[in-house]
Order: sequence, then structure tokens, then C-alpha cells
Amino acid sequence: MGKKLLMKGNEALAEAAIRAGVKGYFGYPITPQSELLEYMATNLDSRGGVFLQAESEVAAINMVYGASGTGTRVMTSTSSPGFSLMQEGISYMACAELPCLLVNVVRGGPGLGTIQPSQGDYFQAVKGGGHGDYKLIVLAPNSVQEMADLVYLGFDLTDKYRNPVLILADGALGQMMESVEFPEYNVEEHFVDHSSWTTVGRENGREQHYITSLHLLSEKMEEINVHLQDKYKKIQENETRFESIQTEDADILIVAFGLSSRSSQKALELAREQGLKVGILRPITLFPFPSDELKHLANSVKGILVVEMNAGQMVEDVRLAVGSNVPVDFYGRMGGMIPQPDEIVDKIKDLYKQVKI
Amino acid sequence: MNEELIIAGFGGQGVLSMGMTLAYAGMVEDKQITWFPSYGPEMRGGTANCTVIVSDTIVSSPIISTYDTAIVLNQPSLEKFESKVKPGGTLIYESNTVLNPPTRKDITVYAIPAAIEAGKIGNAKTMNMIILGAFLSKKPLVSVKSIMEALSKVLPERNHHLLPINEKALKLGMSLIK
Repeated sequence: MGKKLLMKGNEALAEAAIRAGVKGYFGYPITPQSELLEYMATNLDSRGGVFLQAESEVAAINMVYGASGTGTRVMTSTSSPGFSLMQEGISYMACAELPCLLVNVVRGGPGLGTIQPSQGDYFQAVKGGGHGDYKLIVLAPNSVQEMADLVYLGFDLTDKYRNPVLILADGALGQMMESVEFPEYNVEEHFVDHSSWTTVGRENGREQHYITSLHLLSEKMEEINVHLQDKYKKIQENETRFESIQTEDADILIVAFGLSSRSSQKALELAREQGLKVGILRPITLFPFPSDELKHLANSVKGILVVEMNAGQMVEDVRLAVGSNVPVDFYGRMGGMIPQPDEIVDKIKDLYKQVKI
Repeated sequence: MNEELIIAGFGGQGVLSMGMTLAYAGMVEDKQITWFPSYGPEMRGGTANCTVIVSDTIVSSPIISTYDTAIVLNQPSLEKFESKVKPGGTLIYESNTVLNPPTRKDITVYAIPAAIEAGKIGNAKTMNMIILGAFLSKKPLVSVKSIMEALSKVLPERNHHLLPINEKALKLGMSLIK
């Protein structure tokens, strides 16, 4: 590890990407993500990459598509309305199996909404987002340190599976400052040879490489879909990541990701001071979702409280995982509001009464 | 040690930089820190605030509902945050700007005429450092040395000639509070 730096989440993410050897960044400014693009504008060209501010998010994602087709390590970043604009290109990339790192520093919606933090884009992130049957690998940091750490993981996963990886953050994680240490990362050691499929010009009569997401023959298109689904299954088997906090003796399990997991952690401390046995399961990967761990925990806890900064999205995946084995309650704030620790404690107490411990 | 504070005032009073300096100084002393700013429309001309947490142990949440200390530099911020100070907590306010003083009896209140004092030493912009000094004399979370090291990192190089007057302001603030 290097020395400690004080940075905004957006800046830490950008610095980590440069250290991870990103060679192309294409983006368009939008609050609360702009410091990321600004950091790239200031630093990337002098550190071996290309920064380009596109004329729109639609252009940016298509530049990412093109650059990725050459096997280059590329990324883009945006915030909610911009991420919606990118969906067509992301669907194309998922089908063409092009590696790239996407970042959505989520703000409150729907519509142009607000620039305050939100988790309202959960469904869009984990269920595909664009058209067709596809999945992104979705990573959810909950600190400035993880805004950096998950970049390295994200690049490794996107190369390993030839699948776009999304870092789903929010405005608060982007704007707040915490100390961060950048781990050692040797770009060469993590290099993945993509030369078997990249389109970089044909030499010495090698076979033709062809990157496309258009396959008019249904038989061929189904074959590709089957292949993608197999890949997603493999990802589910191998790449699920989560953090468990005091789940061993927990009566009530909070499930929360990203910033709301931080509020929940404070709520856990407050609740434990009052003798309430609360634990937290924090998904770090939202796809693949830690369903098996939840199923397992559902055997020992008496109730589950899902805390999100939206109207209730991840709670559906929690219910799918645990079925009717245990009551699942939900607490959420919307439109840029953040669940406060004391509000979560009140909700925990309600749930305690409901399940009659 | 775990100190959760809110610093609030008008944009331009140095609210965010005061918090950032404190957070940086905490990091210099190897403490766990979080600095969370308001970044919404209020930044463009209304009130600005930031939460700073300095702790010996890991900071669970940057989002908190009540504070050990509130430092308020204008009337709207006093109205917003007086009720959010924990019982037994501390409230420091700038007494030239806040005309209707706080009324709570269960917290310790300090009035600091920092704007006038900053004028006296010849740089109105050092008001925030006077207030920070006053705060640190009551809650010595970090040393003056660490604050100065932090300032040399937070201030761009072209403004480093202002470091001495900031140090003067910091120490003046420390002497103002009884």
C-alpha cells in the first residue's frame, strides 16, 4: 500500500483507473460525477492515456465500444440521466462481449431529478438496463477506499469475462472525502491478451475478426444468447462478493449496499448499545447477488430489514432469495434523501415487535 | 475519541475549507476521518455545510442525524442545526452574523466575534481559522502543527504566503474562548 491521501470518491476512482492502466476515457460532464471527468482531463494524457470529452453520452459510449474493439483498457463515467442515454451502446457491448468499465454516480430521479445521492438506478444496473437479455457485473462501493479498490477488481473482471462491468456509486460517495491508500497494482501482471478477437488490422493472412451485435439468423442469435447465459451463470458461481457484519448472533438482519450500508452500520452500533442484536449483510456485487448467503442467513435470523435510497428495488431480490422463510421489511428514502441512522433504528424496533422476539 | 461535527454558513465564508483542513489534519495524525459536503443548489449562493467526523476507530457512517458540535456562521444555519446538537454538546457561532443567539440550555454555547477579529488582523477571510482555533481550544482533536501541515496541502501553492496569517488567526481564535 502507498501513503494515505485525502480525496473525494470521484477523484479516488479516477486515480485508481489511471494506476490500473486505463488507456482511454470518454465521457461527458454531469453532476455529481464531474470531478471524475475533470481528474481524467487533467491527468490522463500526461500519464499514458487518451482523455476525450465527447459531445454527448451517446457518443461517449460508442467511443468506448470502438476503443474496446481494439483490446484497449477503456472506461466512461456518468450520472443517472447520462447512464440512461448510454443504454443502447451498453446493450451492444454486452452482446459483442466487449470489456469496459462503466461508472454511474447515481443521483435522484426519475427524470432530470436532483443532483443529490440516490440508489434509484438499482434495477437499471442489475437487470440489464438496455434492451435484450444481458447482465452487467455490478460492483457497489461504500467508501472512498472502495471507490478505488473496486476499479482494479472491475478491470480484472471485465477482461476475464469479456463483459462490461459497472461501478454503481452515488452522489455522496462521489463527493465525500476520506483517506485512501492505493494498493500496488502491476499493470503488466494483470494484462489479458485479447488479440484473438480484436480488430486492429489484419496481418499475414490471419482469419478475419468481426465484432458485431447484429445476427439476423435467429439460430445464430439464440446460440449467442445461450453462450451469454452460460457466462452469467459462471459469473454467479465464481464472483459473488459480500461483507457480513455481526451476523453470527443477529436476530434482525439489515441488507444494504453502498451509502445506505454506512447509515445502517451506524444504526447497528446504536441498536447494539440498546441490546438489540442486529447484523448486516452488505452485497458488494449486486450482480451476481449474494442470494445463497441470504438463504443461509434466513435460517438463523428472525426478520430482515432492507434499507435503500429508493422506493424498494433490491428488496425484491432479497425476497426472491429468502422466499417466505422470514419476514422481509423495507425502509427507503427517495429523491436524494438519505436514510438516517436513527430512522433505521426505529424501523428495527418496529420489526422486533412484529416478529415478537 | 469520536467527534462528529457540522460546520455551516454562507458559501464563501470558508465553511467547506475549514472542515477539509480539520479532516486533513486528522489524517496527518493517523485518525479515521470523513468529510461530507453539501454540494447541491445551496452551494450556489445560499447556505453551505459539511459534516466532519474525526475518530480513533473506523467511521461507520458519514451520514449522521445529531452532532457533538455545531459550528454555525449564519442565522439560517443556526435555525437548522441548533436542535441537532446532542444534549451536552457544543455550539459555536459567529456573533457578528448571528443576531438571534441560540436558546438551548442543555448544550454549551460559545459566541465568537470572529468577523471583527479577522478585520483587526487585516484579512477578513481568516474568519474561519479564528473559529477553528476557538473550537480546537475547547476540543483539541488535532494539534496546531497538524492544522498548519494540512493548510499547506489544502491551500494551493500560490496562496502559501497566507500561511502565517492563518496561523495567527488560529492562535487568536484559541485565545478568544474562555
